[in-house]
Amino acid sequence: MKGKRLWQLFLTFFKIGGFTFGGGYAMIPLIQRETVENHKWVTDDDILEIIAIAESTPGPIAINSATFVGYRTAGVLGAMCATLGVVLPSFVIILAISFVLRQFQEIKAVQYAFNGIRAGVLALLFKALWTMYKKAPKGWVSYVVMAGAFLLTAFVEINVIYVIIGCAVFGLVTSLLMKKKEAEK
Amino acid sequence: MIYLELFWTFLTIGALTFGGGYAMLPLIQEQVALRWGDLIPEEMLINFVAVSESTPGPFAINMATYVGSAVGGQSGSVWLSVFGSFCATMGVVLPSFVIILIVAKCYDKFKNSSIVKGCMTGLKPAVVGLIGNAVLGVLITVFFPAGLSLSVFASVSFYIYAGIFAVMLVLAFKKVHPIVIICLSAAIGIAVGYLGF
Repeated sequence: MKGKRLWQLFLTFFKIGGFTFGGGYAMIPLIQRETVENHKWVTDDDILEIIAIAESTPGPIAINSATFVGYRTAGVLGAMCATLGVVLPSFVIILAISFVLRQFQEIKAVQYAFNGIRAGVLALLFKALWTMYKKAPKGWVSYVVMAGAFLLTAFVEINVIYVIIGCAVFGLVTSLLMKKKEAEK
Repeated sequence: MIYLELFWTFLTIGALTFGGGYAMLPLIQEQVALRWGDLIPEEMLINFVAVSESTPGPFAINMATYVGSAVGGQSGSVWLSVFGSFCATMGVVLPSFVIILIVAKCYDKFKNSSIVKGCMTGLKPAVVGLIGNAVLGVLITVFFPAGLSLSVFASVSFYIYAGIFAVMLVLAFKKVHPIVIICLSAAIGIAVGYLGF
């Protein structure tokens, strides 16, 4: 019985990993349909919980949600099966593509195509940047951090990792100070 | 030992990016340039962002698998390439996996923690600034392939790529699917290339 459930978890997340383009949030509706409506492993509330958790923990959202649903459904083994399932399709497809690309990248047409594609990708990245900007919190702390992170990485040769840690600490300190101020009022 | 380096690099990337997907790009860009810049120049990395967009699966996994394959298989061996991908992908997955297992056990404490909330007020805007810089890097690679100089404004190809960029930007904001945008850009790129610009 348990074995069957593990297999189902693997298979379900394999399907999710193999059929969603763009990853992350694009996966949430499919996860909801498969795990809540079809299999009834988790509830709609759990899905909301997953999104909240995925946003405040590091790592890809797809991995976060697969691990969470797998754990809720069948413990640590379940988490393993679901995560393996969601990773495997990408892994195999990308490996195959990276071999093919290496064979074909000398061809003129492929080089021309990528010259155009890079300009298109730049447009997609601008769009993604805009979406993330709109989703970020507003207020002076937020703008200071945005500008600081940008300027530090653009003009000072500082490691991105330190910038991330610094921003987390800055956010923590300012929000604790603001709380204290409010409590004093 | 490049395989250990792949694993470790992607482990730190996986542990430090919040918000998923593109949030990982600045770190991947920096680490790849630092460690494997001669194997994977910025141009190839951008090409691969396009491939990641047009294949299924999470962006982070796609990028990790690709970098692992290129670095691990630099000698041309298929198996070493697979092993490199395995190390990088394991690295990027492991932190989320472990952290979620811990959080799933004590979700209520985590949810109400003012420390977690506080850190997030700094991390969310930080990602915007970092991606901003990553996008700037891509912009320079696309428009100034020979380095920052005014001479590009005299070349026809600059205006062609600027044109492709402008059209695709409009399409992107009109919510045209990324795959359509990538295919269109590829088609224009091929046509322009054979016309000899």
